[in-house]
Amino acid sequence: MSGTDTLLAESIQAISAAEDERVLDYLRVQYLGKKGSFTELLKSLGNLPAAERPAAGQSINRAKKTLQNAIDKRRSELVIAALDDRLASEVLDVTLPGRRQGKGGLHPITITIERIKKIFASSGYVVAEGPEIEDEYHNFEALNIPAHHPARAMHDTFYVSPGTVLRTHTSPVQIHVMEKGEAPFRMICPGRVYRCDSDLTHSPMFHQVEGLLVDENVSMADLKGTVEEFLRAYFEAEMPIRFRPSYFPFTEPSAEVDMGCVHCGGKGCRICGYTGWLEVMGCGMVHPQVLTMAGVDNEVYCGFAFGMGVERLAMLRYGVSDLRLYFDNDLRFLRQFN
Amino acid sequence: MAGLEVKGVSAVSLEFTNIVVGQVDTVDPHPDADKLRVCLVFDGSTRFQVVCGAPNVRTGMRAPFARVGAEIQPGDGKPFKIKTARLRGVESNGMLCSAEELGLAESSDGLMELPDDAPVGSDLRNYLHLEDVSIELDLTPNRGDCLSVNGVAREVGVLARMPLSIPDIKPVPVLHNEEFPVSITARQQCPRYLGRVIRNINQDVEVPLWMQEKLRRSGMRSIDPIVDVTNYVLMELGQPMHAFDYRKLTAGIEVRLPHPHETITLLDGKEVELSEDTLVIADAEKPVAMAGIMGGLSSAVSRDTTDVFLECAFFAPLAVAGRARSYGMHTDASHRYERGVDHTLQHRAMERATGLLLQLVGGEAGPVTEAVGHLPESEKVALRFNSIERVLGVCLKPSEVEDILSRLGFDVVEKTAAGLQVDVPSFRFDVSIEADLIEELARIHGYDKIPAGQGVSARPRVESSENSLELSRIRDHLVTLGYQEVISYSFIDPKLSKLVTATEESTISLQNPISEDMGVMRTSLLPGLLNSLKYNANRQQERIRLFESGLCFRRVGGVTEQTPRLGAVVKGSLQPKNWSNEHKLTDFFDVKGDVEVLASLGGTDFSFRPAQQSPFHPGQCAELLSTNGEVVGILGTLHPAIERKLGLEEGICLFELELDHLLEARLPQVNALSKFPEVSRDLAIVVKESIPTDEITSLLHKTAGENLCDLRIFDIYQGDAVEKGKKSVALGLTWQHPSRTLGDDEINTVIENCVKALENQLDANLRN
Repeated sequence: MSGTDTLLAESIQAISAAEDERVLDYLRVQYLGKKGSFTELLKSLGNLPAAERPAAGQSINRAKKTLQNAIDKRRSELVIAALDDRLASEVLDVTLPGRRQGKGGLHPITITIERIKKIFASSGYVVAEGPEIEDEYHNFEALNIPAHHPARAMHDTFYVSPGTVLRTHTSPVQIHVMEKGEAPFRMICPGRVYRCDSDLTHSPMFHQVEGLLVDENVSMADLKGTVEEFLRAYFEAEMPIRFRPSYFPFTEPSAEVDMGCVHCGGKGCRICGYTGWLEVMGCGMVHPQVLTMAGVDNEVYCGFAFGMGVERLAMLRYGVSDLRLYFDNDLRFLRQFN
Repeated sequence: MAGLEVKGVSAVSLEFTNIVVGQVDTVDPHPDADKLRVCLVFDGSTRFQVVCGAPNVRTGMRAPFARVGAEIQPGDGKPFKIKTARLRGVESNGMLCSAEELGLAESSDGLMELPDDAPVGSDLRNYLHLEDVSIELDLTPNRGDCLSVNGVAREVGVLARMPLSIPDIKPVPVLHNEEFPVSITARQQCPRYLGRVIRNINQDVEVPLWMQEKLRRSGMRSIDPIVDVTNYVLMELGQPMHAFDYRKLTAGIEVRLPHPHETITLLDGKEVELSEDTLVIADAEKPVAMAGIMGGLSSAVSRDTTDVFLECAFFAPLAVAGRARSYGMHTDASHRYERGVDHTLQHRAMERATGLLLQLVGGEAGPVTEAVGHLPESEKVALRFNSIERVLGVCLKPSEVEDILSRLGFDVVEKTAAGLQVDVPSFRFDVSIEADLIEELARIHGYDKIPAGQGVSARPRVESSENSLELSRIRDHLVTLGYQEVISYSFIDPKLSKLVTATEESTISLQNPISEDMGVMRTSLLPGLLNSLKYNANRQQERIRLFESGLCFRRVGGVTEQTPRLGAVVKGSLQPKNWSNEHKLTDFFDVKGDVEVLASLGGTDFSFRPAQQSPFHPGQCAELLSTNGEVVGILGTLHPAIERKLGLEEGICLFELELDHLLEARLPQVNALSKFPEVSRDLAIVVKESIPTDEITSLLHKTAGENLCDLRIFDIYQGDAVEKGKKSVALGLTWQHPSRTLGDDEINTVIENCVKALENQLDANLRN
């Protein structure tokens, strides 16, 4: 056995016994470094007869290559083993809960209004808002409800001072917008409204969304199409919808809108009072007098308006059974919408 | 589906079987009970021994008799079966019934008395026509014409295309010539007034069962013959009437407006001072009735009345509208007059009432005295055929239009190719313009036959500006920060309002609040938020973060301000309690961080300064200032004294921001990015602890040169290593030049200037 072979055998054994990369590096320097054993061996070639030198040189270089391969192989073995060890030592109990900020949420009334806004925004309706302390003119007279009109009795109005009220509906917002702007109009007005009435089914404060479209060539057929499309979009259901003649001083013709009960599918249940129908909104063609008072030419423009109670829509959609839950602000209730 | 909504349908009595008209043949005392009687009751074929406890049982009376085997089904609960029973040892075979027990009255205090001519043994259901229902209609205020059986029948006739059959009303024979003079001074308010004297009536009679039943089924109570007759005519024809005790009237009737400070004591005993626009019926001495609302007490009929003055008038809707309500009243008469009574109805109604009254109580009728004011002209309305399609989106043939209108009682007075002109019937007060006629057409044609259109051709005018934020952006951010939105009432308890905001003078009160504790409009969102916080804290919620947005109201210098705000309250740990966190409680700086994030959403600048304001801790409160120095928000820790008064635990933080400001946004304008390296230096200084760090940073902003691009405080230290009463503040400064590399020398110069400025102006020293 030549010196080269001996050295190779010894070095390969040392390499394969190396425990970590540091040892491996040390051994690499020991054998293959500038002053390493194989380098020394090459240097000693000069002592050999010239004829033997090439063969011996080749033999040493082959041995170096073999050794380098062995080192590379061992290194990758060690890397893999070290990674395996590290991974094994870093196992987490991933079922422990994460560190997080608690989840907040929006009030169901806000969720509902935002949803209504979104549906109408896609048809080009802009959102208009207005004051909640309102003058009687905008809350009543401008909507064709003069001082002694019987409809005033149905409004149970809160007074702040004579002539100043808490708005009983969001319709005055439409008047403000029409007074300031030029037709055509296309808007929805969400907001708080107030009626001096408080029991199981009435809250002294509640929310409405009213819509108004004033344009040339607008008819009751368009109103029906708009309302039906909205209700089906809002409830994500195809259900029958019917329009019943009704009366609002500011629209004519006026209609109450009923839709097939979303709970029983029209068979009749507690929610719909065993009628199969749910009353969901009021609507109608804007009364010509209302347009005139707001400065809109009723011979050129026609319009429709509709209004809905947000609490009611949210009740039907989310199965809220008690109106009072909305304003108790009990977190156990509110968090169910998060 | 034509505008008269059926609110409810109810049977006119309970369901029952085997109850007949019984006759009480004998009544004997019960041997063993004072209050019971032993009767023999005849059912037309057999006599039964029946024990009865009713106080009014007497020999010869006829009353409902439930035979053994009869079944009564109460409104709720199980059917009740009549069996043979022993009552205190005496056998009872059947039961004599009260009206209440059969669902024929709200309450009874004895047996139901049937007329003496009630056929003994006949089935009670047949005899009283009980296989019937009452239909309750919900009428909208425009349909005063349907406030009577006659009106509803007329409407049903139109829908069903059936002729209306009306009661045959003939004038009664006039038996004397006594007239009571009537004059109308308020001619606009009272277009027609009819009066009639009826003498020598005998009220010692029972109101016939048929009339009692019809009134009961219409929701009215039988009172006495005179009142029942006027109520009957009201229900049948829709004409309110009033009967005066003729002997208590003086000289004559005048329909007029009241004199100043005139008063009247009404039938219900209430004395009121009459407002100047309340129409009255007066005799020579004083007002004797509030026209169309309620009669007066002094001239009211009683059981002793022998001579009656009957009133049947038409008062203009505007003369009555709102008046009853202004006195806190609402009567069947005012309800109808406000909505409009047919002004051609009075003569018929007078004859109808007289006829019924004579039938009940006898007497002699005199002639009808009539006074007339300004009678309404018949209204003419024009309808253009093309307006129908314009408004309804459906085309109706002229023949159909004419058919519908004439069925409804509109007389076509003119007809052209383009349209019609019609006379409005005197009973319709809700039709005066073209749109009213179009509504009638839609209603009768059927809303369901109007096609659902496409909506309207899309002509969206969507507006979107980057100079403002959507409120939803702010809300969503708060949700991400763990806040829960609440909605609370806009009116709050004045005591709470005062305690929390200490702004009594600008508070707006409600004149008619639901209750004392909902009496004032909120001037701040914080009271409502604290209420909600307390509500939840009382329900074992430990970590509470609530926010609300909405209007707050103040009266400043006589002007009502309604400003949108955003408010929040926070209590409990910074993060939900967790296996790995330290359960650190949320403090001022956590909440300030949230405020900073919100205030910076729009990209506009802001700053803070210390503030002292209720309800905040005086040393832990800061105002948010906009770039122009306006106060646009406030945040802080809740004052411990207020915490205690509200019964809350310590450690509550709150903020309230002006939404208008928060929603302002800056349109981003991009600067070129510098290619040159940043240079950073740290600076640690020692200053008096009372110096706000804000002063240090603003001084540095001024002196650190225009290339300063970042300045942050990374440590505050107070302790053994610094002198007592002082604090160490560590600052990190970073500079960058847009077009060249900054040299060490120039940065060193800047730092030297900064240190000098800090020394001179804030008495600061470099920390060694």
